[in-house]
Amino acid sequence: MSRIDVRKTYKLYIGGAFPRSESGRSYVVEDTKGRFLANAAAASRKDARDAVQAARKAFAGWSARTPYNRGQVLYRVAEVMEGRRAQFVEDVQRSEGLTKRQADAAVDTAIDRLVWYAGWPDKIAQVVGGTNPVAAPYFNFSVPEPTGIVAVIAPQESSLLGLVSVLAPVVVTGNTCVLAASQRRPLPAITLSEVLATSDVPGGVVDILTGSLSDTAGWLASHMDVNAIDLTGLAGTADAAERATDLEQAAAENLKRVLRPEAAEPDWTEPPGLERMTAFLETKTVWHPIGV
Amino acid sequence: MVSTSSVSTGSVSKGSTGGGGFEYAPAPESRAIVDIRSSYGLFVDGGFVDSLGGRSFKTVNPATEEVLAEVSEASEEDVDLAVKAARRAHSRTWSRMSGRERSKYLFRIARILAERSRELAVLESIDNGKPIRESRDVDVPIAAAHFFHYAGWADKLEYAGFGTDPRPLGVAGQVIPWNFPLLMLAWKIAPALACGNTVVLKPAETTPLTALLFAEICQQADLPPGVVNILTGAGETGRALVSHPDVDKVAFTGSTEVGKSIARTVAGTDKRVTLELGGKAANIVFDDAPIDQAVEGIVNGIFFNQGHVCCAGSRLLVQESVADEVLARLKRRMATLRVGDPLDKNTDIGAINSAEQLAKIRELSDIGESEVAGGDGERWSPACDLPAHGYWFPPTVFTGVSQAHRIAREEIFGPVLSVITFRTPGEAVEKANNTPYGLSAGVWTDKGSRILSIANRLRAGVVWANTFNKFDPTSPFGGYKESGYGREGGRHGLEAYLK
Repeated sequence: MSRIDVRKTYKLYIGGAFPRSESGRSYVVEDTKGRFLANAAAASRKDARDAVQAARKAFAGWSARTPYNRGQVLYRVAEVMEGRRAQFVEDVQRSEGLTKRQADAAVDTAIDRLVWYAGWPDKIAQVVGGTNPVAAPYFNFSVPEPTGIVAVIAPQESSLLGLVSVLAPVVVTGNTCVLAASQRRPLPAITLSEVLATSDVPGGVVDILTGSLSDTAGWLASHMDVNAIDLTGLAGTADAAERATDLEQAAAENLKRVLRPEAAEPDWTEPPGLERMTAFLETKTVWHPIGV
Repeated sequence: MVSTSSVSTGSVSKGSTGGGGFEYAPAPESRAIVDIRSSYGLFVDGGFVDSLGGRSFKTVNPATEEVLAEVSEASEEDVDLAVKAARRAHSRTWSRMSGRERSKYLFRIARILAERSRELAVLESIDNGKPIRESRDVDVPIAAAHFFHYAGWADKLEYAGFGTDPRPLGVAGQVIPWNFPLLMLAWKIAPALACGNTVVLKPAETTPLTALLFAEICQQADLPPGVVNILTGAGETGRALVSHPDVDKVAFTGSTEVGKSIARTVAGTDKRVTLELGGKAANIVFDDAPIDQAVEGIVNGIFFNQGHVCCAGSRLLVQESVADEVLARLKRRMATLRVGDPLDKNTDIGAINSAEQLAKIRELSDIGESEVAGGDGERWSPACDLPAHGYWFPPTVFTGVSQAHRIAREEIFGPVLSVITFRTPGEAVEKANNTPYGLSAGVWTDKGSRILSIANRLRAGVVWANTFNKFDPTSPFGGYKESGYGREGGRHGLEAYLK
């Protein structure tokens, strides 16, 4: 008799734990051919708020880590992903309807992207900050600092590579992140959360919500303790332009930094550049007199 | 960098404040150098034109309430014409010109600003009410320096770290406040032009005159028509400008309330935005600070430019063990501040910019008075003979203020200081950061490691340690949180005008 496999319950990832939605709701996740893959948790407004609270709690500690340490933690994520490569390939293949070879390439690029970002935290300050030669006897320098809590609408199509490409640049510089996973393809995000939970990423630094964007995105955009919002993942969704406008208007209430979506989902295999990091950095400039 | 110390050392003027000491003879700067026309048109496409709407408003000298000039109020149609002129200038001239040639125009402007610096300073003080010492030593020289700095960037943009082929955005719609009229104009126009953008700029309705003089300077510099357009007007004009569909970039300095409405207006468009908004800066004085220097810094922090400064140190956080001493010396120092004629070279505190602003300062101060009443705090100002005409408010300090009080939370934008005490560095940081704003902060202590630690933990875009209210063209300026986004100044300031 063949063995019956043990199936996984896909849950949210909030504050380092894996709760079901407080609403008790779930939704069916299918593969690209319409076959049942899993029931994923349908996050509610309350889950979104809990996630923001967890991200706020984690911010002080995470942003105070040394850049070297954050780089190491991110590299650790890449290491653990590499060890669970087969699972990610299977997840991506099923979620995105790719061939094995295409899924392999996506996972490879995702892991390599994490390694690329893992090298940035102890370099970005030298690239975008520095001393300013003011015309008076003052020592004056500018440093980049994390914006705070960044809500991220993850890409809808690229369920792992796209996800990693929007998540890594936010947290590597010391922000914490509440991420709304791809609505129809959330499983790689949940698998990634299991990697994050076992890679020395402190609980709350990354909080992942699955479910309908209409249940979460609006609350994240209007939440007064969220400092920035990345709308990248709206690209390609129904009424993307109107939704982006609504969310950006809601975000204006506390002047969140807004990264607008592009007309179509970006090609995630392209080299990323600095923009996704600098979009969620503040510049602090410090003055001190020089004298004896 | 020019010192921005707002106060002269020493004494008391005849009939300005009490406190005894020397008497100063009046030392007014002559206003003969400025030639204010009775009416002004809009500056569009290189020339002055009448407003299509035909409406106008008056700008007054806030120190005397004298009407200075009749100024055109730009209508929606005027905004459209100006944006069209800017678009033409951008596509036909300015974006095609080499950076080297653009830079020479900017250097010319910087030089003319310096050549006509006295005229600009006097005009600024007349229209704004700020002391001539500040307009002469701070506003105008830093404005000229700003153009000089960005002039040098125009042909070096590919080295600025924003890609190997940085390109201008197009037409910038810029709206500036009344507290540093010429300086804010420079902060807006210089980087925009250096990057190859053209601009339509709206100065504040109470302080349009130096911007209109700047338009003449553009003519003297032979700047191609349409590269800089100046539209005078009030809120309606500003709204028409920032919402104009052919404006690619919006830059605004002003209140957080208006900033939020601009953020809502541009939502869903391709417009890029930078906002430099309000603040409620904490100026933190530790018990090991050099007290006399700290007191000068407190005074400079809140009374510079009548407190009409978004980064003003309006919350004094003083360590409990030295609070009494700091406060006693602060009061002694405040009693020597000379309030009066902005054109007098000995004046420390000039006129409040408008009747409207004065009413706001009075209202919040009255609220503050009732808030601290019943506690062990008080509202205090030195004895002060204020001129009979014009808009005036004496330097004022509130003690016994709690963090919940409105005077500790809301931006007053006037010469009003709220004093709050703390015991530990952690408490100081907590209180300093307990605000939706995050523009600036000050730290006073003799301990270097403490400066760096506190500066690190303050959520603010500019931290002045053992100094306050310093500005320089190379030094990025801008806020965290609800104080806005984007930076002005230095290499960072280019980012807002490039793609």
